[in-house]
Amino acid sequence: MRKTKETIGLLLVRLSVLVVLLSLFAILIFVILNGVKVIDLEFLTQPPRAGMTKGGIFPAIIGTFCLSIGAIVFSLPLGVLSAIYLTEYSRQRKWAGAIKVGVNALAGVPSVVFGLFGLAVFVKFFGFGVSILSGALTLGILILPIIIRASEESIIAVPNKFREASLALGANKWQTVWKVVLPTALPGILTGAILGIGRAAGETAPILFTAATFYQRKLPNSLFDEVMALPYHIYALMTEGTKRDLQVPIAYGTALVLLLLVLGINLMAIIIRTRIRRAKKW
Amino acid sequence: MVDKFKTKDLNFWYGDHQVLQKVNIGIPEKSVTAIMGPSGCGKSTLLRAFNRLNDLIDNTRLEGQILLDDRDIYSDCIDITTLRKRVGMVFQSVNPFPKSIFDNVAYGLRVHGWKNRSKIESRVVESLKSAAIWEEVRDKLHKSAFDLSGGQQQRLCIARAIATEPEVILFDEPCSALDPISTAKIEQLIEQLKHNYTIVIVTHNIQQAARVSDFTAFMLLGDLVEFGKTDRLFTAPQDKRTENYLTGKFG
Repeated sequence: MRKTKETIGLLLVRLSVLVVLLSLFAILIFVILNGVKVIDLEFLTQPPRAGMTKGGIFPAIIGTFCLSIGAIVFSLPLGVLSAIYLTEYSRQRKWAGAIKVGVNALAGVPSVVFGLFGLAVFVKFFGFGVSILSGALTLGILILPIIIRASEESIIAVPNKFREASLALGANKWQTVWKVVLPTALPGILTGAILGIGRAAGETAPILFTAATFYQRKLPNSLFDEVMALPYHIYALMTEGTKRDLQVPIAYGTALVLLLLVLGINLMAIIIRTRIRRAKKW
Repeated sequence: MVDKFKTKDLNFWYGDHQVLQKVNIGIPEKSVTAIMGPSGCGKSTLLRAFNRLNDLIDNTRLEGQILLDDRDIYSDCIDITTLRKRVGMVFQSVNPFPKSIFDNVAYGLRVHGWKNRSKIESRVVESLKSAAIWEEVRDKLHKSAFDLSGGQQQRLCIARAIATEPEVILFDEPCSALDPISTAKIEQLIEQLKHNYTIVIVTHNIQQAARVSDFTAFMLLGDLVEFGKTDRLFTAPQDKRTENYLTGKFG
């Protein structure tokens, strides 16, 4: 009886993993098969032509790059400093608990709501207009919970003996945090940051009203320009225009580029983490 | 002999639990004082009161006084970073920073505002020499401290503590994670260091207390049971409880 249970249990576990792997591969292969046909040098380096039915997606690649880098530049310092406050400084557990609930709630907000918020606050109230700046700030808020959680976890994982050693040498709290805790927590924080960039690169709804434009030939030259972006480009190709049979393959090509970009970013996160871990083992 | 540290009716609580009961002890200057006793007797708490490391723990309370050179270290006008610069510490859990060997020793200097590179460098070398580890690390100062063995790491931590020129060094069971050979090296080192520093060492190892110390304190359940010259305390304990502990009736 125990033996059969064991066998069934193992079977279930293996089956689940198989289903997960299969769906992952299915998505990958589906996107690759459909998208790879249109990808060539022109596709990656030229703007769209002939009413989006020809040419490339270069402005969208640049746009997504600007938006996600902008988002991380804004949210990394803010997120790390908040995590430091939550883990090292907030003596009153109640306060820290309330803030953490808030951060988690932020993580659960649907992304289109962030888009509306960005429209109301950054585009209208601050008057940044539909621009890289508005989009980056909106995406920045969206990925804040990722940054804060990753930073918190890696700061908490720093062994207390390092803090004690530092304080016992006469360092004050800030020196201890800055010179011992943060460097030790860095791999985890960087991983969170890179995952955040990946998330920001893939989001459509937050930039819908705040940054993205349907079509633009020239590249942005200031933070206040609107930009094309990869996820929005897919959306636009699938919902607008009249030549669907020409647009759909381009949409798949764009999806493949976006997918590779995000996978590449995540891969980078893994490489950085293992590199630093190897250098600083304890 | 002058007392470097003096406690006056020192009481200490974790929450409602009292772990030090009216402890009165004088730590003689430039000698080794061992504090021994079974687990939970309050010896580490007493040690950590000397550099105010207990301050880090929430929900604790201290009564009484600890005088360093006749000044109360718990008074408001004491700067805690200056105190900890004067009173260094070596821990039970061997804890070099995840940094290079050099940066470990230089850390204390840097946090106290040292900027001049060559001055930092010469002090680092000096400290590594005093901690009897210079020969083993001279070729790999910029390698990670974790490349060293456990015993070497502990001597590195001693070098790190020495670098800021403390007057007192507190050792909290420094050998409990080490093998016998590394332990012997640390004990030798403590012998040498006492010429320049006041040393307090907490240990639950009776033999170690006998080997390294000039004075020994025996603690039990938060009480300082007996304190005296090590030779005398080990050969002619005055308290029955000390005698029972030394002869292995409990502990």
